[in-house]
Amino acid sequence: MHTKTLAELSAGLAAGEFTSVELTEHFLARIRQHDGRLNSFITVTEEQALAQAREADARRAAAQAGPLTGIPIAHKDIFCTDGVRTSCASKMLDPFIAPYDATVVARFLQAGMVMLGKTNMDEFAMGSSNETSFYGPVKNPWDLACVPGGSSGGSAASVAARLTPAATGTDTGGSIRQPAALCGITGLKPTYGRVSRYGMIAFASSLDQAGPMAATAEDCALLLGAMAGFDERDSTCAEREVPDYHAALGGDLKGLRIGLPREYFGEGLDSQVAAAVETAIAEYKKLGAEVVAISLPNTHLAVPTYYVVAPAECSSNLSRMDGVRFGYRCENPKDLEDLYKRSRGEGFGSEVKRRIMVGAYALSSGYYDAYYLKAQKIRQLISQDFTEAFKQVDVIMGPTAPSAAFRLGEKKDDPVAMYLADIYTIAVNLAGLPGMSVPCGFADGLPVGLQLIGNYFDEARLLNVAHQYQLATDWHRRLPEGF
Amino acid sequence: MMEWETVIGCEIHTQLATKSKIFSGAATAYGAEPNTQACAVDLGLPGVLPVLNKEAVRMALMFGLAVNAEIGKRSVFARKNYFYPDLPKGYQISQFELPIVGKGELSIELEDGQTKVVGITRAHLEEDAGKSLHEDFHGMTGIDLNRAGTPLLEIVSDPDMRSGKEASAYMRKIHALVTYLGICDGNLQEGSFRCDVNVSVRPKGQAEFGTRAEIKNLNSFRFVEKAVEYEVARQIAIIESGGKVIQETRLFDADKGETRSMRSKEEANDYRYFPDPDLLPVIVEDALIEQLRQGLPELPDAKKARFIEAFGLPAYDAAFLTGSRAMADYFEQVVESANCEAKMAANWVMGELSAALNRAELGIEQSPIGASQLAGLIARIADNTISGKIAKEVFEAMWSGEGDADQVIEKKGLKQITDSGAIEAIVDEVLANNAQQVENYRNAEPDKRGKMIGFFVGQIMKASQGKANPGQVNQLLKSKLDN
Repeated sequence: MHTKTLAELSAGLAAGEFTSVELTEHFLARIRQHDGRLNSFITVTEEQALAQAREADARRAAAQAGPLTGIPIAHKDIFCTDGVRTSCASKMLDPFIAPYDATVVARFLQAGMVMLGKTNMDEFAMGSSNETSFYGPVKNPWDLACVPGGSSGGSAASVAARLTPAATGTDTGGSIRQPAALCGITGLKPTYGRVSRYGMIAFASSLDQAGPMAATAEDCALLLGAMAGFDERDSTCAEREVPDYHAALGGDLKGLRIGLPREYFGEGLDSQVAAAVETAIAEYKKLGAEVVAISLPNTHLAVPTYYVVAPAECSSNLSRMDGVRFGYRCENPKDLEDLYKRSRGEGFGSEVKRRIMVGAYALSSGYYDAYYLKAQKIRQLISQDFTEAFKQVDVIMGPTAPSAAFRLGEKKDDPVAMYLADIYTIAVNLAGLPGMSVPCGFADGLPVGLQLIGNYFDEARLLNVAHQYQLATDWHRRLPEGF
Repeated sequence: MMEWETVIGCEIHTQLATKSKIFSGAATAYGAEPNTQACAVDLGLPGVLPVLNKEAVRMALMFGLAVNAEIGKRSVFARKNYFYPDLPKGYQISQFELPIVGKGELSIELEDGQTKVVGITRAHLEEDAGKSLHEDFHGMTGIDLNRAGTPLLEIVSDPDMRSGKEASAYMRKIHALVTYLGICDGNLQEGSFRCDVNVSVRPKGQAEFGTRAEIKNLNSFRFVEKAVEYEVARQIAIIESGGKVIQETRLFDADKGETRSMRSKEEANDYRYFPDPDLLPVIVEDALIEQLRQGLPELPDAKKARFIEAFGLPAYDAAFLTGSRAMADYFEQVVESANCEAKMAANWVMGELSAALNRAELGIEQSPIGASQLAGLIARIADNTISGKIAKEVFEAMWSGEGDADQVIEKKGLKQITDSGAIEAIVDEVLANNAQQVENYRNAEPDKRGKMIGFFVGQIMKASQGKANPGQVNQLLKSKLDN
């Protein structure tokens, strides 16, 4: 059953080939069997999952099932789940049992999906390799010595190894797309405001966006339909109709204008990754698309801009983790200052502390104009680059990441090298655009991702552009050995 | 001897009278059990997001219109970052660079009858913090977050006031304004209206300001005056003895009548303000401003002018009676119900009633004698049922809850004697018993008789236990003595 896509599982459930309980037991068994090697789950909620599966089967018996009813899903441990530990992969929130469901979680529950558990991630979503997790790194199922990417590394690895048919992720600077690329699955970061952020533990509020991770673009279309839409509890959530993404799949790509930014094919790009991406572009030409050379001239400013804006916001967002009301508290604090210093000092890992310090510095009086304000101005310029580009093209393509999966420990002590892993994904978050990664080949046996960037709220087109490619190729069907 | 000038600016925190909090749906009612009126948003749990209460915006705009201020058509919420146990998120959502209300002005009445215009620098919306409770926790501190998230409008004045009296007049005027507007309940005891004053002194004629001290959390008009007076004397004494005033935050000890330095460490706080990415800028449409302008109630200055004009009241009386909306409403109701001379109603409200309220430390809203009851009393004076003197006795009885005026007059037999036969009998008796005085009166020069007649009036009133109608007594006496 696990080799089927989510869409195929949906059809199987509808046809009565298997029940949700059978499906859920199958994936729970796979988690028990394989996750010891991957470490992709922080928490597995077996009992709740089976209860939800029984409920889904009852719903189906009552003819009240939707396309997602009864299908298992795993949630990144950044989404609050009522009554279940929500740790953000941090010692700080290790004891935190959320008293409510995030909007995304609630919407999937409403659709009848079955939650298998909570997936591992970089601590507070800060990282590109999943090595900053308090619960230990996640391994890439294609090569256990390699990282799965991050921060949604547990979600990507568990989908790649088919321990779950689908997972949620969040993407602040590439955290859905980069691990999707490194693990050979399909991931979508929607337009900022498309999906509610309520209940999703904030890293950088103006950049964070939740999205689906699954085997195919079709699966992502089904999932996005359930996730997206206005939520009165998130002021930044767009009050805008949600199209039927699944119904919008179809229609050929004749005349589709694909922009190839020359800045995405320059120095630092692995040659095998470049070759895989070029082959994918050639495939698109065969499907009738036109290719247009474009420029995004401020691309080189994206990483430095991001590393001012994101730390600034996180330095404030993480202030609530103070040892007073929930989460980790140090032993025997002497006084209030000691309580703060030791609870935070002991509760946060080093990458989180690094970013809090960078962010607090960037917001300090005397430095605010030179860093935070300037970064906001550059952010405008980066957005304008895309606005100009979308006057000429319908979709922008390039590599998702500059290389395939790197080895565990390889970049762990070199933050700048690690930050450059997101060099092609970060600008999309700064501009608030939707972006996807789809499998497009291999480099030395490791998956390569093709990045697709769309215009604002153009997810339906983006999904179809990916879907048409997947109808013509089978990269997304390849499974890692041993799982 | 150096002549000194005092410079005062005020920051007034008014709690807006919304039903729910500024960024959550929790209730704002005062006095509930600790932490029963704090929802996930108020607790600052991971993942929650603020949603702006539009009613708070409307109220802030009403204030802006009432002080003729520039309205911030686009205002921005910012985060003020600092750690404190009763500040759940580790930052307060406030407004910094772009407040909702800009420059405005307000006129205050001085003791000499002059008016003075005080500049309003700005007014901005923000959320209140919770409360730290230091008692009953055996050396630990309890946190009550019921107040966290209560909407505040912080009104900042220009440094235009020159004495404690001016500062308290300003505070009273703002208090009158916000209660007239119905945007604040004005309850000083419960902390709905509190004032921080910035006080400095400088040699008269010097342009630059002296070093200021900020006296926090004054919740009475009298305390403002006293705190300023104490602080001015303290600062002058320091300077005249060769010392320097240091910039600091001080607290006013009402029992001792002095200010003292807050013990908290004087570290230069860097609040690292930046725009809150969870909230969109507040855009105010002209149509809303116009709608609110049309709906503004009659404000204190306009009401005062009308009281002078329509009721023929002296300016002093009009100012007193329009000091609060409750007082003005009470007075108008008395005039209407009693159908009496406005001045007579004014004398009773400002005299007997206000004195009794002050003695009992009650606001007019808590008066045991309602407006229609007081009107009932005044009506009995106007229609000669009782004399003004007897009325005071009736008032006392009404105050102690012995019923309304007619009941008291009936029960105590205080009705004025207007039966001319009955009065004549008393007059005759008094004249017969004081033959010598009658003789003296008749022998006296006519211009001396006026004084002498008082003796007889006094005797008659005594004999009638104060109930004889004084006008009829005078008339009868004159006709009997002068013939």
